[in-house]
Amino acid sequence: MAWYLGKRLLQLIPVFFGATFLIYFMVFSLPGDPIAALFGDRQPSPQVIEQLRQQYNLDKPFIIQYLLWIGGVFRGDLGLTYSGLPVSSQLAQAFPITARLAILALLFESIAGIVVGVIAGLRKGKLFDATALVVSLLLISVPTFVVGFLLQYVLGINLGLFRVTVSGQAPWSELVLPAIVLASVSFAYIVRLTRASVAENVSADFVRTATAKGLPRRRVVGVHIFRNSLIPVVTYLGVDIGNLMVGAVVTEGIFNIHGVGGTVFQAVKLGEGPTVVSFVAVMVIIFMLANLLVDLLYAVLDPRIRYAK
Amino acid sequence: MPSNAAPRSATHYVAPIEETPLQAVDQVNEDEKTRSTWSDAWDSMRTRPMFWVSSVLILLIVLVALFPGLFAHVDPRAADLAKSNEGPEAGHILGFNRQGNDVYARTIWGTRNSLIVGVVATVLVSIVGIVIGALAGFFGGWLDTIVSRIGDIFFSIPTVLGAIVIMSVIPARNALTVSLVLAVFAWPQIARIMRGAVLSAKQSDYVTASAALGVSRFTTLVRHVVPNSLAPVIVVATVSLGTFIVAEATLSFLGIGLPQSALSWGVDIGNAQASIRTAPSTIFWPSAALSITVLAFLLLGDVVRDALDPKARARR
Repeated sequence: MAWYLGKRLLQLIPVFFGATFLIYFMVFSLPGDPIAALFGDRQPSPQVIEQLRQQYNLDKPFIIQYLLWIGGVFRGDLGLTYSGLPVSSQLAQAFPITARLAILALLFESIAGIVVGVIAGLRKGKLFDATALVVSLLLISVPTFVVGFLLQYVLGINLGLFRVTVSGQAPWSELVLPAIVLASVSFAYIVRLTRASVAENVSADFVRTATAKGLPRRRVVGVHIFRNSLIPVVTYLGVDIGNLMVGAVVTEGIFNIHGVGGTVFQAVKLGEGPTVVSFVAVMVIIFMLANLLVDLLYAVLDPRIRYAK
Repeated sequence: MPSNAAPRSATHYVAPIEETPLQAVDQVNEDEKTRSTWSDAWDSMRTRPMFWVSSVLILLIVLVALFPGLFAHVDPRAADLAKSNEGPEAGHILGFNRQGNDVYARTIWGTRNSLIVGVVATVLVSIVGIVIGALAGFFGGWLDTIVSRIGDIFFSIPTVLGAIVIMSVIPARNALTVSLVLAVFAWPQIARIMRGAVLSAKQSDYVTASAALGVSRFTTLVRHVVPNSLAPVIVVATVSLGTFIVAEATLSFLGIGLPQSALSWGVDIGNAQASIRTAPSTIFWPSAALSITVLAFLLLGDVVRDALDPKARARR
């Protein structure tokens, strides 16, 4: 297991540098001078511009810029935005909000999704199963922002059950509705995945054996079917962290939440390169670590993977 | 360390000896048409109502995209601000949006851009993914290592997130550039699936037979291995057509996909956001069109997967 973990961690290193370089390249190869854009019509003296270019390392070759930035990342210094704020303090403000949103969404989608999926899988072909399939298909085909507007309109405006927008501090209670919106698509995928794998495992040989040797139904379902059915679901959760981050950009936009997604979106629109690269880099790191965690969980759930070369 | 890996295909059905009398082997009807995966799949698909429902729906969507003028007689760009957010009236069955455009006409005309992005991005991703995945899987070695690591890098950036970053930089924003940008981040998925399929097809007896006959490695790959590895790619490609359409709408909705002047569901939904309290129907219709289109491709993908996967066919 330790050997497996080490190998996986080593593999992450080139991917990390490759991905951050790619993002850095995309953002800073953009045409237009961000320093000149700061001033608009009243351009300052060339000396001031030169000094600012030096401060943001824009006078150096591209590869040096990247190395200086990535060096700073390891020291916890993400540089300054073009308006002079440290990017790290921006991140410190936005991150907890999005973390709360993502935790709520993950809890909702995994608990509700697995419960519904297991019930549907055990009652394959019955009414509950058919309903779950249709509803999940609808949820998958309706994009996140449409689900967002729908719930905002029905629950927020028509019924007045939830606040339509979230206040600056974004407490847990106000994030419930946005989290459900964020989780809706993934919830549907988890239902379908769990259902398919439970339905397949119900007729597996090991389940027949377990039933034949007289284990109570509760144990057969709870241990033999459940644990084996979780493998595809756990794999999906890793990919899903990526979906959640994209979803966060949209959901935070709709509900006016000042989290990571909302900040990235604003920064992209305003051309705030330093904010975009650092935030997206953080998202990519989280995505990579989540996938690593999933691979490890996968190895815990399925011993064959631990030993396979 | 001893390998504990259980044989993966322990489920081969072995018929008892009395079920396969030897003379039956000699009685093969040679006039009978040979059955391929594809003809089996077709036979399985056409018995399913869902296949016809989704196909007819997709055909209709393609017709609307090709000839929107046949379905909507009002100019989608004609704006009458006096009618801003007004309800339906004669000749304008779905009413007007905030700018006073006819909602029905804009929804019909918006089909084209969505479908272009979906199709172009899917074709690009499939070509790149199939070529790269096939070469990496078949030849292995350093080529596989390099290609797989490059794929990992692109895979580690979520597609729409990467697209948000690039689209903010690109000066020319149209259906083609949006497709291209989405494809840049989405190809590793197809490449991984293709590589896996090629890896397992490589072990087949027909590959050995082909080598024994003196066929070159490259010809073996193109003529035998690739056609036998395409099934899982086709399934994923069908579904991803739908997800690309959603991605375009999401980007346009955020204001960095297609430009404001474009006829696009995403742009319309984004613009209608401000009127959600006063005129929710202006947000509803383009959303409904978008969802139905995505649903059609998802349904088709489901049917195709069931048809191409013999295991799933037996389960039904």
